Amino acid sequence: MKIEEIQDEIVEEFSMFDDWMQRYEYMIELGKSLPLIEEQYKTEDNIIKGCQSKVWVHAELKGDKLIFTADSDAIITKGIIAILIRAFSNQKPMDIIEANTDFIDKIGLKEHLSPTRANGLVSMIKQLKLYAVAYQTQLN
Amino acid sequence: MANGFTSILTKGDELLVSAMEHHSNIVPWQMLCERTGAILKVIPMNHEGELLIEEYTKLLSGNTKLVVCNHVSNALGTINPIESIISLAHEVGAAVLIDGAQAAPHIKIDVQKLNVDFYTVSAHKICGPTGVGMLFGKEEWLTKLPPYQGGGEMIAEVTFEKTTYAELPHKFEAGTPNICGGIAFGAALDYMNSVGFEAIAGYEKELLEYATKKLLAIEGLRIYGTSEHKTPVISFNIEGIHPYDIGTILDKLGIAVRTGHHCAQPVMDYFKIPGTVRASFSFYNTREEVDILVEGVKKAKQMLS
Repeated sequence: MKIEEIQDEIVEEFSMFDDWMQRYEYMIELGKSLPLIEEQYKTEDNIIKGCQSKVWVHAELKGDKLIFTADSDAIITKGIIAILIRAFSNQKPMDIIEANTDFIDKIGLKEHLSPTRANGLVSMIKQLKLYAVAYQTQLN
Repeated sequence: MANGFTSILTKGDELLVSAMEHHSNIVPWQMLCERTGAILKVIPMNHEGELLIEEYTKLLSGNTKLVVCNHVSNALGTINPIESIISLAHEVGAAVLIDGAQAAPHIKIDVQKLNVDFYTVSAHKICGPTGVGMLFGKEEWLTKLPPYQGGGEMIAEVTFEKTTYAELPHKFEAGTPNICGGIAFGAALDYMNSVGFEAIAGYEKELLEYATKKLLAIEGLRIYGTSEHKTPVISFNIEGIHPYDIGTILDKLGIAVRTGHHCAQPVMDYFKIPGTVRASFSFYNTREEVDILVEGVKKAKQMLS
């Protein structure tokens, strides 16, 4: 699936819930399905700066596609990174670089996060895109 | 204060800070030590979140020039035995600065009785505005300390050859003061005094006991800061759940708590935790609000477990 299609799918899933509580519960569920980063990659270098809780992300190129794995010590944060990884993992670096991230606003995620968590979300997206840029350079 | 002490401390002098300080009562002293070559030593605490007075006594010596300690820990709520801390420091000739930011809203403070050299209060912690605070200092000490900022209003006479400084307190008040802040701070203190600190302390003690008992009934909940002497602050975690997660859910339920390291990372390191959820009560809180908090924590636990 293309990034855009996955994003639409996520937006649709979130629109089924009536209130924020259900959305949070769903986010917590998604956190549990997060493709976990291998312990060896849980290093200081792989911690995303700007998050209040610890978030580690690792990226690996398989063929021409970038695979992300991650983890966090906070479960809601895990849900957030799981949503992002679902949208961006197993995609070509160039597609990740060019991807629009409006779907975050459509889910209503940002408005339900505290300012520090919302900043963390922006840092996560930035980090995923930076990985894509780095691997795109390798592919060139 | 730390700027003022730059001209008083010299290499090898020692400065004691407690293990449960807010960063704002650690960092300026570290910077002071860097400037002067003085040595920073830490008064340790135990697992109840109480300072070890015996260890403190051992740390004191003729080299100790200054002891800085909070009256109440912002992260744990512990009320420190500052009477002993002050008198023991004075025995070796050291000055004592007490950070009263967290004590002022809860405890009646008598600086003369305490015989403290310096005592500080932030207005915004005691129903006052931000950007203004209070420093009490003994006259002998304030006379010794040099001005920390130069400018208007703090001078006696200025010529290009030499400037002489104004009398206390003006030598420390360069430029136009925060007039509005000062007036509002005064109004806040009048209000607090009209409520009465004895009444506040009595009511808050009951509220703290009630909240502590109800929160401890939640399985897996651990309170950090379990001294008998506490202001109504409850710092806690639930086993296996990150404090941010609990805070996020409570926030959505309209319950205001603080989560994180509370600008006291050494305290979190001591307990080996990333942070806590901290519920702080005041005289305007009610038992019903404690009940709402407890229900919220239960809900968060159920969602996050």
